[in-house]
Amino acid sequence: MSQKGSYGTIVGVNGNMLTVEFGESISQNEVGYAILGDKRLMAEVIRVRGTVADMQVFEDTQGLTVGGQVEFTDEMLSVELGPGLLTQVFDGLQNPLPRLAEQFGFFLERGNYISALPRDLTWDFAAVVNVGDTVMAGDTLGIVPEGLFQHRIMVPFSLRGVAKVKSIVSEGGYTVEQEVAVLETEAGDLSVSMVQTWPVKVPIRCFEERMKPTEQMITKQRILDTLFPVAKGGTFCVPGPFGAGKTVLQQLTSRHADVDVVVVAACGERAGEVVETLREFPHLTDPRTGKSLMERTIIICNTSSMPVAAREASVYTAVTLAEYYRQMGLSVLLLADSTSRWAQALREMSGRLEEIPGEEAFPAYLESVIASFYERAGIVRLRDGSIGSVTIGGTVSPAGGDFEEPVTQATLKVVGAFHGLSRERSDARRYPAIHPLDSWSKYPSLIESETLDLARQILRQGHDVEEMMKVVEEEGTAIEDFMMYLKADYLDASYLQQDAFNDVDAATSGERQKHVFDFVAKVLRTELKFQEHAEARQFFLSLTQTTRDWNRAEWESDEFKDVEKKLHQMLAEVTK
Amino acid sequence: MRKVYNKINQIAGSVITIQASGVAYNELAEITTDAGPALAQVISMRGDNVSLLVFAGTRGISTASEIRFLGKQLETSYTPALLGRVFDGSGRPRDKGPAMQENMIPIKGPAVNPAKRIIPKNMIRTGIPMIDIFNTLVESQKLPIFSIPGEPYNELLARIAMHAEVDLLILGGMGLKYDDYLFFRDTFEKEGILSRSILYVHTAADPSVECIQVPDTCLSVAEKFALDGKRVLVLLTDMTNYADSLKEIAITMEQIPSNRGYPGDLYSSLAARYERAVDFEGAGSITVLAVTTMPGDDVTHPVPDNTGYITEGQFYLRNGRIEPFGSLSRLKQQVNGETRGDHRQIMNTMIQLYASARDSMEKQSMGFRMSDWDLKLIKYSDRFESEMMDLSVALPLEEALDLGWKILSDIFEPSETGIPTRLIEQFWPRETAKVGAAPAE
Repeated sequence: MSQKGSYGTIVGVNGNMLTVEFGESISQNEVGYAILGDKRLMAEVIRVRGTVADMQVFEDTQGLTVGGQVEFTDEMLSVELGPGLLTQVFDGLQNPLPRLAEQFGFFLERGNYISALPRDLTWDFAAVVNVGDTVMAGDTLGIVPEGLFQHRIMVPFSLRGVAKVKSIVSEGGYTVEQEVAVLETEAGDLSVSMVQTWPVKVPIRCFEERMKPTEQMITKQRILDTLFPVAKGGTFCVPGPFGAGKTVLQQLTSRHADVDVVVVAACGERAGEVVETLREFPHLTDPRTGKSLMERTIIICNTSSMPVAAREASVYTAVTLAEYYRQMGLSVLLLADSTSRWAQALREMSGRLEEIPGEEAFPAYLESVIASFYERAGIVRLRDGSIGSVTIGGTVSPAGGDFEEPVTQATLKVVGAFHGLSRERSDARRYPAIHPLDSWSKYPSLIESETLDLARQILRQGHDVEEMMKVVEEEGTAIEDFMMYLKADYLDASYLQQDAFNDVDAATSGERQKHVFDFVAKVLRTELKFQEHAEARQFFLSLTQTTRDWNRAEWESDEFKDVEKKLHQMLAEVTK
Repeated sequence: MRKVYNKINQIAGSVITIQASGVAYNELAEITTDAGPALAQVISMRGDNVSLLVFAGTRGISTASEIRFLGKQLETSYTPALLGRVFDGSGRPRDKGPAMQENMIPIKGPAVNPAKRIIPKNMIRTGIPMIDIFNTLVESQKLPIFSIPGEPYNELLARIAMHAEVDLLILGGMGLKYDDYLFFRDTFEKEGILSRSILYVHTAADPSVECIQVPDTCLSVAEKFALDGKRVLVLLTDMTNYADSLKEIAITMEQIPSNRGYPGDLYSSLAARYERAVDFEGAGSITVLAVTTMPGDDVTHPVPDNTGYITEGQFYLRNGRIEPFGSLSRLKQQVNGETRGDHRQIMNTMIQLYASARDSMEKQSMGFRMSDWDLKLIKYSDRFESEMMDLSVALPLEEALDLGWKILSDIFEPSETGIPTRLIEQFWPRETAKVGAAPAE
């Protein structure tokens, strides 16, 4: 960070909030360092009143004194963008955790910061522009290979207007800090290296136009892709009480989603879960590329025991990295687990600022903050015509599992799909525990809407019958109603539920979903006549069992075809 | 020489405010009162106004009491000599032993780097079938015991302490009834585990502010032992009292409450403690079991609710038994595949049958006709409850699994259990085995 800023004096400390008197001008969201002996603790300006500024410190504030010094940097909270971000594990302020561990051991001692991109690595740069070309912010200057991708080295996003390429280096290996080009701008010559910084709270807007998200992002989870689809560039939220399987669902999505890059933001959740991802992803193969899943993944990890203010920063860090890869024409998925912890960080800070609280003491601006975060998702056409997208999925951990609480409600207003997890379903071991009646999506599904309407209608009616049966028992239910219940149960048990621990069943491709749903829809449409309740139940029990076997059979294998034949026979026998 | 202040501007609840300069945030201060010295900690500074939290409470503090800043933060002693000792919430001896002053360590520490954590892989045997078989406790796991006042949760903790295969036990009592404290001390002594235990006990009669030091003290001492290669089990009871103390202080500090009076950072405060459970790569581990009583048996109450989001599962203690439904060890899959070939099968089968038995009992209570199958299930549930679920049952895992097979085979035919033939052949007790040809009459 630069040393060009001014100094301030601490006049108050309250938890992780400092009140600082400053001399020269400072700006909102500017970063400053509180000096404590030989340590420098990072902090951010969050409010200015007269000559004092309130700053949130990203570290424990123990030991700071009134009269202590704060050094301002004249820069907003920023991240480094450049080759080498993929496969890394960062904390909320983009410090690489494995390298921190190498240098400082088991604990995250405060005041230790390491630059995000390794300075000693060289990257093979190949220019794509020539001297004299005219370029704008976000235009590609050159390409370096980064794992699976051609990483674009771009004109700094902060450039205003047009610039002329004055010089560009020849093909060869360069470190991220070496100059690769000089641009002639209105404000003089601009030296460009492979790394640029960008303030995390400002969306990157170097694109031609934002488009409507229509192309589906396949997650290989049947209930999602079929009933509650998500489009590339869209947004979705996954609220649910604890133990309903939010994190497992996110892990499955991060593994199977058909996107180029996945950014996982573990925000204020259990460290153990991140460790699983951290230790397992390098050994899992991405079926799309045959390479390790880690090659397409960035993990931002600010677990619950790490400082609260950095938790707030972590979601912005994550979305900025996602936007950066979008600028290369890639589709990026950002998974934030959990946005409630981020909202709680806002609440803690708001309390320290003594702002007038809104509902459940959350700040009044909660909704607009959540809205502007999700609005950073989108599918865009870049200036060179390529398409890039950022899809955002956030889990929500509502207090007491009650979806009426402010964070869930504020999120529901701005997302395109709602995947509500229910304790009832997870208790009944019906995974993924997404509630098929309460959830919704505004994006198009891979199944045509007519069939879906039928499926939804049967689910709803089946549910009604089930409620009724609790009173009048199976015997007292009319056989037509009972059939409706059985059909709904069949759809649920054999299609919507999925076994995450079975290698085949855990991921169903779009093609296979269409094929299987065809048969399921046929069962739903067929008018079945049974005399006895028991007979009907027996039929559906064995049909469900066989369909589940089908789900576990390798796609298009002999077994798959055999079971399929058997299923058609079973259906033919009862419709004779 | 540090400056002495003798003018207190404000006394409210446990918080005093004075005018002082050159004070560090979270620094400790000693207040001289008529009753002797009391410790306090800086919790906020605004210009020259410094607010201090007095751990022993402000009763009897006069506006002219002397305050001396100590230039250090909250610390506790860490030495092997702690073993077998009993302390209060602030680390003063409760037994007749000497006060511990050597090798002081801060009780608040930085978080563990997630990159240095490893995926937990070792089971902790407790000798309690409901845990060992059905919801296995795993090294470095953090698990609450959700219960209600009146349930024998402290007895359960003591039983786990007796049989748990760990190197070291640390018990943290928060707001314990004095009787319960004596119960723990006597039980630990009688069972001969006191010599490898350290007790930090805050009782209900102690100043409530001391309560909030207990988890930090326990965990920072545990952390040092773990780094030394020891496998430490930390038992905390009751975390709801801890949360209530946080609430009390937050309200005194005029913080805006978020939910039912609890401070907005309740989740962060609880998480910072629970997350200290860890398996260090190349060293020891900390496992945390914490009683959380649910006011009004309501799991959506802020304390159990926030806890559930933090911990790796939960045990429900109801009617004196660990409830098999709702109780969950999220980490059990990491270890129960490698214990014995029948572990997972017994776990699933016995619970499924017990679930069916509950349905049958419901039918019975509503006056429906009972089928033979229903009666069999009810018989099974009686034996399951008395021989497995009862808290007094203490069996090693292998014997508990054998007992499971015995109960199943006494009541059911192999085919009725749905257990794969391979396991039936291997484990179904011989004398009652009904597989294969029946012996000739």
